[in-house]
Amino acid sequence: MPGLLVYVDHDEGELSPQSLGVLAKAASLGGEVTAFVAGSGVDDSWAGSLGGHGAAKVLLADDPALEGGLSQPIVDAIEASAREADAVLFGAGVVSADVAAGLAARIGAGIACESTEIALADGGVVATRPALGDTVMVESGFRGTGIVLARANAFPVNESPSGTAPVERVAVEVKPWSQAARPAGREAAEAAGVDITEAEILVAVGRGMGGPENVPLVEELAKAIGGEVAATRAVVDAGWVPYAMQVGQTGKTVSPKLYIACGVSGAIQHKVGMANAGTIVAINKDPNAPIHEFADVSVIGDALTIVPKLTEALRSR
Amino acid sequence: MNIAVCVKEVPSGTSHKRLDPATNRLDRSGDSELNPFDLHALEEAVQIREGGADVGEIVAVCMGPASAQRALQKALALGADRAVLVSDDSLAGSDIAGTAHVLAAVVAKQDADLVILGQQAADADCYVMAAAVADYLERPVVTQVADLTVEGSGIRAKRQTEHGYDVIEAPLPAVVSVSDAINTPRLPSIKAIMGAKKKPLETLSAADAGVDSGRVGESGAQSIVRSVAPPAAKSAGVTIEDSGGDSAPQVVEILAGKGLL
Ligand SMILES: Cc1cc2nc3c(=O)[nH]c(=O)nc-3n(C[C@H](O)[C@H](O)[C@H](O)COP(=O)(O)OP(=O)(O)OC[C@H]3O[C@@H](n4cnc5c(N)ncnc54)[C@H](O)[C@@H]3O)c2cc1C
Repeated sequence: MPGLLVYVDHDEGELSPQSLGVLAKAASLGGEVTAFVAGSGVDDSWAGSLGGHGAAKVLLADDPALEGGLSQPIVDAIEASAREADAVLFGAGVVSADVAAGLAARIGAGIACESTEIALADGGVVATRPALGDTVMVESGFRGTGIVLARANAFPVNESPSGTAPVERVAVEVKPWSQAARPAGREAAEAAGVDITEAEILVAVGRGMGGPENVPLVEELAKAIGGEVAATRAVVDAGWVPYAMQVGQTGKTVSPKLYIACGVSGAIQHKVGMANAGTIVAINKDPNAPIHEFADVSVIGDALTIVPKLTEALRSR
Repeated sequence: MNIAVCVKEVPSGTSHKRLDPATNRLDRSGDSELNPFDLHALEEAVQIREGGADVGEIVAVCMGPASAQRALQKALALGADRAVLVSDDSLAGSDIAGTAHVLAAVVAKQDADLVILGQQAADADCYVMAAAVADYLERPVVTQVADLTVEGSGIRAKRQTEHGYDVIEAPLPAVVSVSDAINTPRLPSIKAIMGAKKKPLETLSAADAGVDSGRVGESGAQSIVRSVAPPAAKSAGVTIEDSGGDSAPQVVEILAGKGLL
């Protein structure tokens, strides 16, 4: 059984469900899995709770330099343990991906991104990912230590954890250049009017809607159909609508009975947050847009024209 | 201050992406283009200059086949002052860490204070290159930046994680990857396209670039494709070609038929 190390990310005392999912997956492969946690002033019993999620042992890097949750000091902290492992596994996440990438460069390891399946074969770890707009499944193995970065929501968390694992504190030496970037504040998320994860119908606004001035068209459609408005990162980053409305990898995961995507390309990081919707309607003028590959109803055309017509047709029912 | 922008040539969105069954690598025989996400990286460099920062030069850096010259021509038309292409048969089949090693080796020779990458590659859908390049360069990195300010000898960057928006500061030299919403890339003017032909485009071999040959190409790749298979079949959806909004009644009918209204 190869030695598996699972990096477990956390934020403000909350363990990343993406990391916990990968930990549970690793444990299901049959061997003893080691979890790795980095932070500052970390409580041993909190770290030990990872035993309930499948860790046989927890390595804890606890150092003031790991306080800010930035990736580069974490690469320094995990490097030595990673070199001894056969594979280092990461759940999806912005910080997790940065750690995985930095580590791949640091130890010259292969990295498999967007993995939706992890298995053991020929004495090592193999990872499978959907690729090329999810039109093929590619299985990769590794020479030397392998680094696996999971796709968001690929692996479920053990929902009834019990038991603890022994915690071993590891020595940490953080390089000066790794500490050059400094956290300078978090923007408080605007209080959301509605919780989009509860909505039965969502109408999503993407960049194809042209600009913030057209968001009302989508709001009207949502109202006419009895749903709420959701959004892609592109329009949230651009300030059209607040972050609380974002669906996807760094936003919310939703599973409404109906999801109408207006001017949304269907990027993987959006898809992972809404692929479980009952029925997906895509309105996109580009017939090659990835969303048409997984929509139940693909409307090829101009969303600026179609959305108001749809609102009208619903109202006149 | 000098800026380096790392760019990639990818199969164009409208040509069918496929893996070459003989090599399990991306089939590059179709049309290719500059990675659309890299347009935002180039635009950001130009906007930093236009915003009044003292930008000496903007250099576009690419690893790729000889055909990637076209992608670099576009980068030049979009505002890069010069371009460097590392192209060498020995680099084909490099994995992510190998590619990052090559980009870092080239960037290290460009005297760049700020290195900008796009949020991800459109063909691989991976978002790991910036952090890997930064580790080789031993420079601070901020990925997925939605808002970037260059302040004196440092940067201030806002980026989204699963927890909302964080602001991160770093001294230069630094590496960033930018979100596709950070700006709206301009279309190159005819004059800029013509002007690009006169800008320097240098092609380097792996040896010129100072690449460690053990880390690159098929033989240096540490991740190996074992198999390629079709995904689980899913039922095909309904496609409706709309004209002037005439699809609305049909969509309503389908939704009503599914009991969704
Ligand atoms: C680490 C990471 C995390 C991310 N997390 C998320 C996330 O949580 N959620 C998320 O959504 N994204 C996320 N992204 C970003 C994602 O990769 C895409 O960039 C984003 O989803 C694109 O948003 P979009 O579909 O609105 O815009 P685009 O990709 O620009 O798509 C716009 C679409 O509109 C179509 N269009 C244009 N005009 C019209 C018109 N008049 N009528 C009809 N269609 C039109 C175009 O054909 C295009 O397909 C993440 C990326 C990374 C790297």
